[in-house]
Amino acid sequence: MDYFLDEEQLMIRDLARQIALEKVLPIRAELDEKEEFPWDIMKTLAQSDFFGINIDEEYGGLGKGGFEMGLVIEELSTACLGVSTTFAANSLGTYPIQIAGSDELKKKYLPDIASGKKLVAFGLTEANAGSDAAGVQTTAKLEGNEYVLNGTKQWITNGGDAEIYTIIAITDKTKGARGASAFVVDKGTPGFSFGKKENKLGIRASSTRELIFENCRIPKENLLGKQGMGFIIAMKTLDKSRTGVGAQGVGVAQGAFDAAAIFAKQRQQFGAPVISFQAVQHMLADMATQIEAARALVYSVAKFIDSGAKDVAKASAMAKLFATDVAMKVTVDAVQVMGGSGYMREYPVEKMMRDAKILQIYEGTNQIQRNIIGQALIKETTKKK
Amino acid sequence: MNIIVCVKQVPDTSEIKINPETNTLMREGVPSIINPFDLHAIEAAIQIKEQTGGKVTVLTMGPPQAETSLRESIAMGADEAVLLSDRAFAGSDTWATSYTLAKAIEKLGADIIFCGKQAIDGDTAQVGPETAEFLNMPHISYIKKIEDVTDSSIKVQRMMDEGYDVVESSLPVLLTVVKELNQPRMPSLKGKMAAKKAQITTMGMADIGADENSLGLKGSPTQVRNIFAPEVKAERKMIEGSPEEQVENLLKELKEIKCI
Ligand SMILES: Cc1cc2nc3c(=O)[nH]c(=O)nc-3n(C[C@H](O)[C@H](O)[C@H](O)COP(=O)(O)OP(=O)(O)OC[C@H]3O[C@@H](n4cnc5c(N)ncnc54)[C@H](O)[C@@H]3O)c2cc1C
Ligand SMILES: Cc1cc2nc3c(=O)[nH]c(=O)nc-3n(C[C@H](O)[C@H](O)[C@H](O)COP(=O)(O)OP(=O)(O)OC[C@H]3O[C@@H](n4cnc5c(N)ncnc54)[C@H](O)[C@@H]3O)c2cc1C
Repeated sequence: MDYFLDEEQLMIRDLARQIALEKVLPIRAELDEKEEFPWDIMKTLAQSDFFGINIDEEYGGLGKGGFEMGLVIEELSTACLGVSTTFAANSLGTYPIQIAGSDELKKKYLPDIASGKKLVAFGLTEANAGSDAAGVQTTAKLEGNEYVLNGTKQWITNGGDAEIYTIIAITDKTKGARGASAFVVDKGTPGFSFGKKENKLGIRASSTRELIFENCRIPKENLLGKQGMGFIIAMKTLDKSRTGVGAQGVGVAQGAFDAAAIFAKQRQQFGAPVISFQAVQHMLADMATQIEAARALVYSVAKFIDSGAKDVAKASAMAKLFATDVAMKVTVDAVQVMGGSGYMREYPVEKMMRDAKILQIYEGTNQIQRNIIGQALIKETTKKK
Repeated sequence: MNIIVCVKQVPDTSEIKINPETNTLMREGVPSIINPFDLHAIEAAIQIKEQTGGKVTVLTMGPPQAETSLRESIAMGADEAVLLSDRAFAGSDTWATSYTLAKAIEKLGADIIFCGKQAIDGDTAQVGPETAEFLNMPHISYIKKIEDVTDSSIKVQRMMDEGYDVVESSLPVLLTVVKELNQPRMPSLKGKMAAKKAQITTMGMADIGADENSLGLKGSPTQVRNIFAPEVKAERKMIEGSPEEQVENLLKELKEIKCI
């Protein structure tokens, strides 16, 4: 379907598509097999200016929005979710600086992020703080001109490979949700180390590690916003980034659908291509319809957020929830349409099915998305009375 | 550092059709691309610029639609583009092409000139070296690695059948490149936006101060009789002895096969 993208949006999408086809697709199976971090692809994306898409022009970016970022994430995801996760996690880790960073911090960090010189990671989750982010136990104590960080972050995308980390830590235990703050931490700071790389079901090109802080001292200027704003910054960050996860869902679903449709046309059984059987056609019809609905929702919500709208939590949760549930269903069905071949590593859809599962889990599980939508509905109905 | 890259727009096909009557290439209806070797030349030029500063200018001789190739070069990171287009240039063989490029390069001025090893359509691999001759400038062909660049010299590896030569030259110099040299980059978004707006300079016969009789069909001594893939007869003889004996034997051999 034509979404009437403007000339620059088409340029962005087409170049991202070209990189997905020429640079990602040929090596995705190998990256998955070897669990290899996609450095070469990150370098290509950097050289082609993709890391700066939604960073302001004054910091060397292109000054576009989450919508354009989503277009890029979607295209990369049609080829490989591991690669698109590595790329998208940068945007996730950058939002806290964009949302709450001082001029100095923006000047210090955003140009290197926009040029792709330095990768970024976002550290919220801990062993005891998953869905319940308020359970964060990592502490940051102000001592003179420095904050001293102690604690361990778990399952952090790009952990160890990124140079810049935005971290949520507790500055005042007594204040509950208002006791958390957000910080920027550089790799190489004494007292900051990494755990081993996790071995995962899918998105194996993406790296996931622990971040370990042991009396890690950072300048007090590395505080993002004000002390106590940590969770607000984290929630605003996730509100913005969730359409990116939605875009990942649309992309991987499209990639799986394309592979399945081509296969169904070529595969002959009972003297006819399997696409001629109505049962198969109907599966493909449902898949295509769900993908288009997911895309339409993700695009609309991204534009809604880019418009500067204030209350976006519900819409952004809907985009993530719907598009990633579609991604799971479509990738499972793509394997089904392709039968035994779909289950084999020679074809890309088994990987897409393994990869898609993460989309229902990270950046808030889909149960949590339903909670967010539900809470918004309660608020709205209360107002209506 | 002023760097000029000569790029040729070529038809995007490995199966080039040849007009059986005229023995020339049939170009109609085939999409055009930048000659693949020239992409490596552009990449090399941009890498030098990134290292030493300066300017990369892409230069092409061709019909107005060759402008697309120039814009694609800018999207990769070239700064300026010049299109040599004039009715008088039509029908150029490699001699006239090289003469025309040389006249333009003289006008533009450059420290390093890059060409591809060969064009995938014409395939002669003559334009680079011939252009250098017209410019009365040293050239190094088939370079596969650039070891060092200074303000006044360059050191490169020249690919040979077995191994490579390390060659150093003063600047200005013309280099022709092989694919082993580098991996051409993708265009960038900022480059693409710049390419859309870029002003392309067009130059004709008068602008480059060329002699009309040396241009186009008039200036082209080549007459194509037949096109065929030559049989490769690889025969090699090592000439041994002291340098004096080697020269003597070589002269004898060359006289025997009537080369001199
Ligand atoms: C590969 C990978 C990469 C990740 N990258 C990052 C990253 O870069 N940065 C980062 O900070 N985090 C990251 N995470 C962490 C991720 O965001 C969490 O895993 C996620 O939020 C879920 O938390 P949990 O795993 O602790 O699950 P739990 O919270 O333990 O949930 C277990 C189950 O209970 C359900 N559940 C929990 N609470 C409720 C509730 N109130 N109502 C209904 N259901 C509920 C959940 O939906 C889930 O099904 C990553 C995780 C993975 C696996
Ligand atoms: C058999 C034959 C038939 C031909 N028929 C025709 C014809 O019908 N009509 C016609 O118009 N021409 C024709 N020519 C084309 C013309 O002679 C050559 O295309 C042209 O001179 C360049 O030579 P080449 O393609 O062999 O390039 P090469 O010498 O192989 O190219 C080497 C490098 O020189 C540079 N270069 C070459 N050409 C240009 C250019 N135009 N602008 C900028 N840089 C350049 C590039 O860097 C290129 O990588 C024919 C050539 C041959 C050999």
